[in-house]
Amino acid sequence: MAQVRLSGIAKTFGKVTALDAMDLVIDDGELVCLLGPSGSGKSTLLRIIGGFEMPSEGTIAIDGVDVTDLPPEQRPTAMVFQSHALWSHMTVFGNVAFGLKLRHLPKAEIRDRVERVLDLVGLSGYGARLPSQLSGGQQQRVALARSLVIEPKILLLDEPFASLDQHLRERLRDEVRDIQQRLGITAVFVTHGQDEALAISDRIVVLADGRMQQVGRPGEIYAEPKTAFVAGFIGAMNMLDGTLADGEILASGLRLPAEGSGLARLAIRPEDISLTEPEEGRTMTVRRMIDFGAHVVIDGKLADGTHLRIQTDKAIRVSQGEQIGICVESWTVFTDGDEPRRYRSDTVRSFRGARYA
Amino acid sequence: MTDLAPLSPFDASPAAVGRIVRREPVDWTGIAFLTGLAVVVLLPLIVTAVWAFAEIWRFPAIVPQRMGLGYWQDTLSRNDVWQALWLSLSLTTTVTVISAAICFPAAYAFARLDFPGRNLLFLAFLSVQAFPKFGLIVATATIFLTLHLVGTFWGVVLIQLVGTLLYMIWIPVSAFQGVDRRLEEAARDVGAGPMRVFWFITLPQALPTLFAALLITFVSTFYETDAAWLIGLPNVRTMPMVMISFINNALEVQYGAVLFVFLWVPSFVLMLAARRVMGADAFAKGLGG
Repeated sequence: MAQVRLSGIAKTFGKVTALDAMDLVIDDGELVCLLGPSGSGKSTLLRIIGGFEMPSEGTIAIDGVDVTDLPPEQRPTAMVFQSHALWSHMTVFGNVAFGLKLRHLPKAEIRDRVERVLDLVGLSGYGARLPSQLSGGQQQRVALARSLVIEPKILLLDEPFASLDQHLRERLRDEVRDIQQRLGITAVFVTHGQDEALAISDRIVVLADGRMQQVGRPGEIYAEPKTAFVAGFIGAMNMLDGTLADGEILASGLRLPAEGSGLARLAIRPEDISLTEPEEGRTMTVRRMIDFGAHVVIDGKLADGTHLRIQTDKAIRVSQGEQIGICVESWTVFTDGDEPRRYRSDTVRSFRGARYA
Repeated sequence: MTDLAPLSPFDASPAAVGRIVRREPVDWTGIAFLTGLAVVVLLPLIVTAVWAFAEIWRFPAIVPQRMGLGYWQDTLSRNDVWQALWLSLSLTTTVTVISAAICFPAAYAFARLDFPGRNLLFLAFLSVQAFPKFGLIVATATIFLTLHLVGTFWGVVLIQLVGTLLYMIWIPVSAFQGVDRRLEEAARDVGAGPMRVFWFITLPQALPTLFAALLITFVSTFYETDAAWLIGLPNVRTMPMVMISFINNALEVQYGAVLFVFLWVPSFVLMLAARRVMGADAFAKGLGG
């Protein structure tokens, strides 16, 4: 059982507010991703949980025990650093065994536990090597083993795979997810890559400017972003500035049903736009077609020059400069200080009896 | 990608035929530099080394007229040479150890701790080197006279300590600064307190560079002359003092040359060994490279 409870955590560096009044409960065995652009405060939050930074306000409790004032060595947490942070003067075995030696365990037990954890991360037989003799991926596995061997209650990962190439990153993150689920360990994972967050998390915490924007399951965050920032940050999104009036939103020449009045932002996923025959008022000019193999992305221009991206079937072929008709199937309207409103064309159509683009 | 057909030799052959072996261009600039350096650095060394074995070597001859170990016997059978050697070794060891005890903790503080007046103090340490050294020693000598430290072992130790500050502060500061904080954080993370982090992580990481500082200090203190001359003589006669008196008082240069080879060989071997153990980059790192 390991549950992390953050209450009112805030952190200021001088006059700069890095984190602002954050409440979050991470449940036992859960993998939570802290996702945000650089400078969003995600690493600061992780370092506060690990004990490397003191929060300016608020408390952290692990399993109900207040650990706010404990130094890192007294917290039941273990961190995997982005830079691996392996000790170059020790062998792989020495690196992994260090935490156990500090606990004065018998030699045989240390050897046994180190071997088991090296096996777990797929590095059995590498004990005698020096970190400099390993590849980047192997070094990160050693760092992971070093953290796991002390059997922490909470595993903290600070952009652990940022320095690795994409294939290796994907493989390692799957392995980390496997290991985390097998051991049933609670984990907090910091990343700025939305793919990574969507792929491995139970829940995602989206951070921006030191504030929590949204907490939710990956699918939920993708499908129902609560703020315009989350909508734009997670997945690809067309964001258009528009005006609400008379039950419609008008943005860059697109007219779509929406309630309310005043300025608003219209958010449309590229895959929520389909191609139709060109008709007045809902056409766009193709700028470029990008063939990803599994799907095709069309980058186009609306009447007023605004870019719009469409993701569509891989069989579709269009050419540059061609006029194509578009049909928006679902969209979200963000207004300041109001809950976002979501619309779908099929329900709207039956209700208004008209086709909208 | 396993089902690709292997390239037929037919496809590969045009490339093979068209292959032209180009010779690396000769680096004349490099050779010129090397020759220049060899003349400037090695030639005096070789000449001095030959002098050590030359019994008669008069002007027009390019090689000595007679060679032998005669001067070696003369020099090494002298009592004052051995006395000076032991004195120099114990003096240098004492200075190096005390300097390390003072400077390494100070360097750690400069590198890692944040305290008021840190930069000013660091500058003060280094500014000692900006004074004309001889003037500083003369001024110190007048103070030492009243303290009855002139001509004593500890007087020389004290004055030579000042000379070691530059390397023993500067190099270790960059050694400690060069240790990645994440390494220390990772050790805290798995359960090590601040003391153990220093002992098991920071110190071993900085050690090669610290060792370089020790070596440089040891060698430069061993050959230090100004302070040893003004504060030490006549009672404390170090090795370089003996060498100087040999060179000044005797018409034969051979005495000096013998001591030169006698002292140069061990310190050169020490340097080579240190380079092997520490890797060439330890020196460079310490000097900010």
